[in-house]
Amino acid sequence: MPELHSAEGTSKKPAPAKDARPTKDAGPSTNAVPAPPQYVITAKNLTKTYGDVTAVDGISFSVPVGEAFGLLGPNGAGKSTTMKMIGGVAQRTSGSLTIMGLDPEEHGPEVRAHLGVVPQQDNLDEELRVRDNLLVYGRYFGLPMSYLKPKADELLEFAQLTDKAKSKVDALSGGMKRRLTIARSLINEPRILLLDEPTTGLDPQARHILWDRLFRLKEQGVTLILTTHYMDEAEQLCDRLIVVDKGRIMAEGSPASLIRNYSTREVLELRFGSERNTSVGAELEGIGERLETLPDRVLIYTQDGEAALEEVSARGLRPLTSLVRRSSLEDVFLRLTGRSLID
Amino acid sequence: MTEPPLAKTSKTRTTSEPPLRAHPPEVSAAKARRWGAFYFAEQVLRVMKGYGWSIFLYSVGQPAAYLFAMGVGLATLVDTNSATAFGGVSYLAYIAPALLISAAVMTAATEFTFPVMDGFKWRRVYYGPHASPLTPEQIAAGQIIAVTLRFLLQSVIYFVIVAMFGASPSGWGWGSVLVATLAGLSFGLPLMAYAASVKEDKGQFAMVMRFIVMPLFLFSGTFFPLDTLPVLVRWIGWISPIWHGTELGRVLSYGHEEPPVLTIIHIVFLAGLAWFGWVLTKRQFVRRMGQ
Repeated sequence: MPELHSAEGTSKKPAPAKDARPTKDAGPSTNAVPAPPQYVITAKNLTKTYGDVTAVDGISFSVPVGEAFGLLGPNGAGKSTTMKMIGGVAQRTSGSLTIMGLDPEEHGPEVRAHLGVVPQQDNLDEELRVRDNLLVYGRYFGLPMSYLKPKADELLEFAQLTDKAKSKVDALSGGMKRRLTIARSLINEPRILLLDEPTTGLDPQARHILWDRLFRLKEQGVTLILTTHYMDEAEQLCDRLIVVDKGRIMAEGSPASLIRNYSTREVLELRFGSERNTSVGAELEGIGERLETLPDRVLIYTQDGEAALEEVSARGLRPLTSLVRRSSLEDVFLRLTGRSLID
Repeated sequence: MTEPPLAKTSKTRTTSEPPLRAHPPEVSAAKARRWGAFYFAEQVLRVMKGYGWSIFLYSVGQPAAYLFAMGVGLATLVDTNSATAFGGVSYLAYIAPALLISAAVMTAATEFTFPVMDGFKWRRVYYGPHASPLTPEQIAAGQIIAVTLRFLLQSVIYFVIVAMFGASPSGWGWGSVLVATLAGLSFGLPLMAYAASVKEDKGQFAMVMRFIVMPLFLFSGTFFPLDTLPVLVRWIGWISPIWHGTELGRVLSYGHEEPPVLTIIHIVFLAGLAWFGWVLTKRQFVRRMGQ
């Protein structure tokens, strides 16, 4: 499959040209101040192998400043490994990678000083109190207490944890721990935030609170790099994303463009019962543009779900349940890989 | 112009105050490169502060109990029956340096095993700082700095109690505090390297206590001179940081007589083993965190 680069992508935000030079129209300041890096992250043929296993298989992408960029894929797709390489904590096997123009393997501390990291698995210090977790973490960046104490309070407020400031981390719920981890990652005011499966294991309410906090950061211009296997999360948060499977990029673009390019406007979901779902396919032939038969349901991809449902009824088929919905990234993934995101 | 005092909490901050600004990432990186180990040591010390009373009581209670039992009980019996058996000093003065050194080694056996496993495996606390500008070497070094401070604090308390019992007649006795710290590191750092390599807890650390620490404690010239043991088991003392530390402590505490070259061997052995342990630990931390 062809190599994909963000510069040619279809993100909501047009990617800046790599060779952009200051012009007369660019304003007076551009002549005096060196232009900031166009891309905060650039990966070319990034590869990581563990023995015989290739976790990341030659992926290339670039992320411009301020973008919310997602890596969408199932468990084991290579998303977390990619994040670890970006975070400068795992060495790549081959390819090139720069963060803010720096190679994380050569300039680990310098790269990590730019980042805020929310790991997949919380690693808060449970023996310390909530607020102390923020203070201690800030010290790793050499930040003085005169800054850290008010900043910790500000972040606790942001994470809606002010009343838990003196609690032990043990006493927090999963959602609270996640919010504290996000607050911790912001202690150094990073311009790039890496979020590895930020809402996995959280209940819907906790997820929405987290999304809201992430939106606010995005509004403040923080570049978000996010891995997820939840398509609704990717749709909600990402300006642009790559769909990853088995360490390779399967597709790339904005959520809307991916759905447009790889799916239809609507999907008709039919359930005939687990025994009939697979056999009914032939009878549905010709309805909609494409048919996917899954063990628990049949999906008909179509521009008009209601019309497709009428056609099903007209053929004398009586599904146990039927649902017309808009296409999602789940459908994109199914189309690209033939598998569901959450197996 | 003087800056307004920083508010204690965000609730008291007003919009007229300048927004908080972290220093630039370049400054963070430069500071972390220079002081990173101390930043992590600060974290470990904060955690230790949480069980500070337990550390303090252990540091006071253990020597007081041992010295009282030995000084009032066993020492009375030994001194009455064989006054010159221990180089002309009281039995209490003879065993005090050994107890001091053994206490540091036992603390090392605790501080350099379970917390290391905790950092990598159980609560994964090493991976938080690992995502910051700190390097794996600095995380290891930070843990060592914090535990070294614990050795020093514990050994000072121990030594003060020893002195109160009149069991450190020489003016150089305080030097055994440093020897105990070195002995703790000499035993602890190779153990730390081992702990950093353990992926699954199958009771290895309990084995270390039972089959390494206890034999070393008993057969390192702690309660009786090493040369009273059969030659076949004397080697345990020769490779034991407790024996080397104890003998060095005795030289400092009451002027124990031994060839100067042996004193140098004690120092070189303890420092060399600590250095070897540090090299292995560093390598293990980098390997485990850099995958």
